[in-house]
Amino acid sequence: MTKMNGANALIKALENQKVEVIFGILGGAVLPIYDALCGNKNIRHILSRHEQGAAHAAEGYARASGRPGVCMATSGPGATNLVTGIANAYMDSSPLIALTGQVPSRGVNTSYMIGRDAFQEADIIGITTPITKQNYQVRNAADIPKIVNTAFYIATTGRPGPVLVDLPKNIQTENAEMDFTNRIDARGYNLVTDPDLAQISRAAELLTKAEQPLILAGGGVITANASDELMQISDLLMAPVATTFMGKGAFPEGHPMSVGSIGMHGNPAANRLISETDVLLAVGTRFSDRATANLDTFCPNAKKIHIDIDAAEIGKNVDVDVPIVGDAKKTLHILHETLSKTLPKKNGAQWVKRVKEVKEKLSPLIKDLPKDLVPKTLLFELRKLLPNDSIVTTEVGQNQMWSALYFQALKPRTFISSGGLGTMGFGFPAALGAKVAFPNRTVVDIAGDGSFIMTEQELACSVMEKIPVIVIVLNNSVLGMVAQWQRALYNKRYMAVHLGKTPDFVKLAEAYGAQGFRVSSIPEFQKAIKEGLKSKITTVIDVPIGSEEDVVPFVPPGCGLPQQRGDY
Amino acid sequence: METGKTRVVSAIVENKPGVLHSVANLFRRRNFNIESITVGPTEERDLARITITVSADEKTLDQVVKQLDKLVDVVGVAELDPDSIVTRELALVKINAPTAKERSDIISCVHVFRGRVVDVSPVSLMVEITGTSDKIDAFLNLMKTFGIIELARTGITALSRGSQAGNVDE
Repeated sequence: MTKMNGANALIKALENQKVEVIFGILGGAVLPIYDALCGNKNIRHILSRHEQGAAHAAEGYARASGRPGVCMATSGPGATNLVTGIANAYMDSSPLIALTGQVPSRGVNTSYMIGRDAFQEADIIGITTPITKQNYQVRNAADIPKIVNTAFYIATTGRPGPVLVDLPKNIQTENAEMDFTNRIDARGYNLVTDPDLAQISRAAELLTKAEQPLILAGGGVITANASDELMQISDLLMAPVATTFMGKGAFPEGHPMSVGSIGMHGNPAANRLISETDVLLAVGTRFSDRATANLDTFCPNAKKIHIDIDAAEIGKNVDVDVPIVGDAKKTLHILHETLSKTLPKKNGAQWVKRVKEVKEKLSPLIKDLPKDLVPKTLLFELRKLLPNDSIVTTEVGQNQMWSALYFQALKPRTFISSGGLGTMGFGFPAALGAKVAFPNRTVVDIAGDGSFIMTEQELACSVMEKIPVIVIVLNNSVLGMVAQWQRALYNKRYMAVHLGKTPDFVKLAEAYGAQGFRVSSIPEFQKAIKEGLKSKITTVIDVPIGSEEDVVPFVPPGCGLPQQRGDY
Repeated sequence: METGKTRVVSAIVENKPGVLHSVANLFRRRNFNIESITVGPTEERDLARITITVSADEKTLDQVVKQLDKLVDVVGVAELDPDSIVTRELALVKINAPTAKERSDIISCVHVFRGRVVDVSPVSLMVEITGTSDKIDAFLNLMKTFGIIELARTGITALSRGSQAGNVDE
């Protein structure tokens, strides 16, 4: 037991959790915590310029590294500004710890207290209850070590997610005897990681009989670090691997058995083959509406096996034949072992041939790319210019779907995007977080002009904190994705989508002390990327593109994956 | 949401602030309908029991139970098997009774339903009645002819029967 105040106990508890960085913005209600951080050698504090940026940066850090990301904000508006970032982490199952200051729970000034509508008071517990895995308001300083341990345990285990800890200001200054043992308090937290072996046998039986098996890998495969196991099972079954958008990178997209992502803007080969499979092995996916499109025509002929660590995801959207609750890595490993014993020497040549044929027909490796500066060409070029271990984030909208279609992710945790919530402004701060996790790797945000200006202020953070990334702004001067919908579904009645030529992204970058380039051809783009790769400051590359460029292919709303329109 | 049978879900939760909020919030967020919800302490001081009746089909009920189970503060949750469940509800009813004749008619009904008169005024009676929801509905139906002035029902609370239990009371 050690006697200290709550703020110091918080920092020590974070150190015990091996936290090396906090993204945050201070304010009145967290002053004691910032005082405790002052001079700390183990934890780096990165000053974001908006709390949303802090939350996204912490998530980018978490998704690139697999370690929990930590963000911090003051009470009231500081806390509510974190909300979008917390909701994003919840939808994409990212381990995030959000620390918020709160007005005092008791004190000498009885009007500056929780429940009195005090200055900068917000009920952040109430606000974040539906978007956190768990949240805590600390009632006694002595509880801090246990609550921090529990928060990290819950955020990082099972299906990861955000956990918020709200710290009233008086708790931060209160002295107490602190117990820093590894205590946690979560008796209601059910963690099932070991799969049921009877279900494994049933799955193995289905897969043994399968003639056209297909694996659908979701974000859970990346979370569980199960890419090696996925590869082994694909090899053994001679099964093609499709991913969801969140699963992009779980399986190397250059591999012959990779067929790309399924979905509304999915790869046509993936959308076709998943409609032909007779046994679907789905791992770590929640069958989101954007992935499956109309469920009536989703995998119509397939028996379905669904592996997920979250029991509530099984049967939520899609009825399955074999449900397996378990950790993706463990489960795939055991399934592989079982199959290795039972699987007869398979003759899968016909299915493999079909996969090859569909890929060549529907998503050919593009030999004759347009020479102009269009997104497709640019993204193929970008892949060639970047090292394989580079981390790419995206914003949300057309830039994101083009990236999904044309930028090949080769390794897990190298493609980071806002999948579930679809948060414009996510990509740039997430890129900064990823770069903090891996300072020696290249980090690129593939952005649109509409998204980038939502969190562009973090350029100040990137310059001041020396976190150099490359931002590619696919600048079509419109909110492109909604403009595309207005074009296709609302008879070109454009409303509120035009952004004009403002700002000048080159000048904007320079105003922040970053460097900016405007490019108008592929060679200029190549040159700008090479400049960015060796730069010690952030590089913004403004790429003017046509404002009526569509993302195709496209599954119209209400249709099923087989009704995809447009060519790859 | 599709409507289905009325089911009773019983959850053992941490007895601490905010837990009812997260449970109620879950129902709202997931578009599940609560018909009634009751909360009270259990035999262990730091645990509370939340009894929820929902109108749900099989698939929705499965989600209700799984989503509740995911809440960290929910220690255990299950649908109570309709075949081996004891449910009770309590109602306080204030009934219009301006004459002696009416008062005596009401009191004889109360006896049949094993209720109790808990307050008498010159113009009204207050009755306490406990039982299954059906029984309370039946009693209230009878009282309609007299005129119900005010009504408070607790909602259902429930427990599963013991493994070998006989139906002592019913």
